[in-house]
Amino acid sequence: MARRTAAQPVSAPRDLLPPDISAKVRAALHANRDRPGALLPVLHAVQDSVGYVPDDAVPLIAYELNLSRAEVHGVISFYHHFRTHPPGRHVVRICRAEACQSLGARALEAHAKKTLGIGFHETTSDGAITLEAVYCLGNCGCGPSVLVDPDTLHARMTPEAFDALVGELREVAK
Amino acid sequence: MSTRICVPRDATALALGADATARAIESEARRRGIDITLVRNGSRGMFWLEPLVEIDAPAGRIGYGPIKAADVPALFDAGFERGNVHGLRLGPVEAIPFFEKQERLTFARVGVIDPVSVEDYRAHGGFRGLENALAMSGEDIVKAVTDSGLRGRGGAAFPAGIKWKTVLGTDSPQKYVVCNADEGDSGTFSDRMLMEGDPLCLVEGMTIAGLAVGATQGYIYLRSEYPHAFRALGEAIANAYAAGWLGPGINGTSRRFDLEVRLGAGAYICGEETSLLDSLEGKRGQVRFKPPLPAIKGLFGQPTVINNVITLASVPIILDRGAEYYRDYGTGRSRGTLPLQLAGNLKHTGLVEKAFGVTLRELLYEYGGGSYSGRPIRAVQVGGPLGAYLPESQFDTIVDYEAFAAIGAMLGHGGIVAFDDTVDMLEQARYAMEFCAIESCGKCTPCRIGSTRGVEVIDRIRAGFEREKNIVLLKDLFETMRYGSLCAMGGLTPDPVRSALEYFPEDFEVRA
Repeated sequence: MARRTAAQPVSAPRDLLPPDISAKVRAALHANRDRPGALLPVLHAVQDSVGYVPDDAVPLIAYELNLSRAEVHGVISFYHHFRTHPPGRHVVRICRAEACQSLGARALEAHAKKTLGIGFHETTSDGAITLEAVYCLGNCGCGPSVLVDPDTLHARMTPEAFDALVGELREVAK
Repeated sequence: MSTRICVPRDATALALGADATARAIESEARRRGIDITLVRNGSRGMFWLEPLVEIDAPAGRIGYGPIKAADVPALFDAGFERGNVHGLRLGPVEAIPFFEKQERLTFARVGVIDPVSVEDYRAHGGFRGLENALAMSGEDIVKAVTDSGLRGRGGAAFPAGIKWKTVLGTDSPQKYVVCNADEGDSGTFSDRMLMEGDPLCLVEGMTIAGLAVGATQGYIYLRSEYPHAFRALGEAIANAYAAGWLGPGINGTSRRFDLEVRLGAGAYICGEETSLLDSLEGKRGQVRFKPPLPAIKGLFGQPTVINNVITLASVPIILDRGAEYYRDYGTGRSRGTLPLQLAGNLKHTGLVEKAFGVTLRELLYEYGGGSYSGRPIRAVQVGGPLGAYLPESQFDTIVDYEAFAAIGAMLGHGGIVAFDDTVDMLEQARYAMEFCAIESCGKCTPCRIGSTRGVEVIDRIRAGFEREKNIVLLKDLFETMRYGSLCAMGGLTPDPVRSALEYFPEDFEVRA
């Protein structure tokens, strides 16, 4: 295998991303590439603007940051936060941790899976809701806690309130 | 004169409707032609009263709570902006017994000031510690922190001054200060409250750490589950730069310190300091072998001070009031105050900052008011998901590092989660193993594989399949994980399981 040196530069990978997504990935790289330890900030920026980190973005990110594709893939798959497929219109995160368990989170989790008909990391068939598990939202005094989309936190969530919340989210186009 | 009305921007207050309350107050005041200044403060840490609205009256702060948006018109009818009587009036906030009995040092400003205002911070004693530090040598700053007896508040309780001294004594052109704000333990939220309620205190503490050891760059590694803290920190840091408290020439001197917030990505293990450093470097958050210590080879291989939020936020008051002032609080080798967090199934949850020495029972019943559900409290988990479950017979334990170690428990980051008598302790034990399996970084075998085997063994015990043999096997697994794991994740996961088995054996009997 030829090593990558200044004399033998590796050519840029073929860009298989749709043009709009490619532009977003490139913007995320451009804004963060020169920061020390740039990979996490880049991945956050990609997921924030695209909604997920497309598999086809990996060669581009690896090339720009002078990493191997395996390294980039390894980081994406290590962290629970990053996803490689588009989520539903809303992401609902249910806290599974102990403080919320003490106030009924186990029952809430079971209720949510049953009524939505999906498990964690899955999206409802109408594309409205992606259900995720989260391990503590720091709202441990008023659980069970649920986080909707980036920053809408709900306290003291009951199965009934969950149904009402899901109903509202289905109404609201993102 | 305009009346100052405070409505918290704390995440728990927001979850209970604080934004809607704030909007209702603004629009109602406008409709009535009343001149108010709305301040979005931090939380006082009395969550059963949130959203807690405070009127900044000349005689002191008058509280009303909990205030939903729908309550607002009636409050104005009663003249609450003048402190008048109303059914939800709580009186002077600092006289509420839950609050009055506390000793707030690190949290002195939380809930009091506008968290992102440099002027407000200054007016309440902010940056005085940094001003003193700017006139001191690195050695003297480190000595003050050492003499204060401050130990790491993240969980491991390592003396902060010793860590700093190592970094100070290691030569390098570039050193770093890293704040561990990956507060992943369930039942803990003091870091979050501090960052949302007084972020400049953390900025000041980190800057002092930088001056002490000769570091010019700081990073706050914040968990991505804390979007509101991210926002507050961003505003506070921008304002500190604008006012000349960060960047080149701190407060007109020739000293420099830069600070940046980096987001984690949902990995509990990144609260372990070496995983955190790898994550900051843009890698998988895997635990490093020690030595070398981060103080010698830390971030990007350079000497690094890495401390928890509360540790760093306790530094300004030490430099302001002196090491002795801080050390005079506490007992034995546990000096100063500890912000304890009352969580889970308690009536009065929130933050209690006290000198070390209070008992668990006092916290649960006098502060916490007993269970939220009204049923008896059966078990309490202290110190997060790696902490032991304690039964009623242990409730008289004094809350300090040594007393907890003596009963095989740990104080950790000070989170206290109460469970009522509906709790199934076998399920809690199983969850401890399951959590470890989900969150293990995968580097060492006892943690990565042991946790999965732990879930399987507990399932067999529950099913009554060779129960006695499997209990022996489970206890053997405790030893393997405890002594064979690379870090506290695998090493301490047996603690909640072992304590559940020891104190609540009836839940591990064969079920009908």
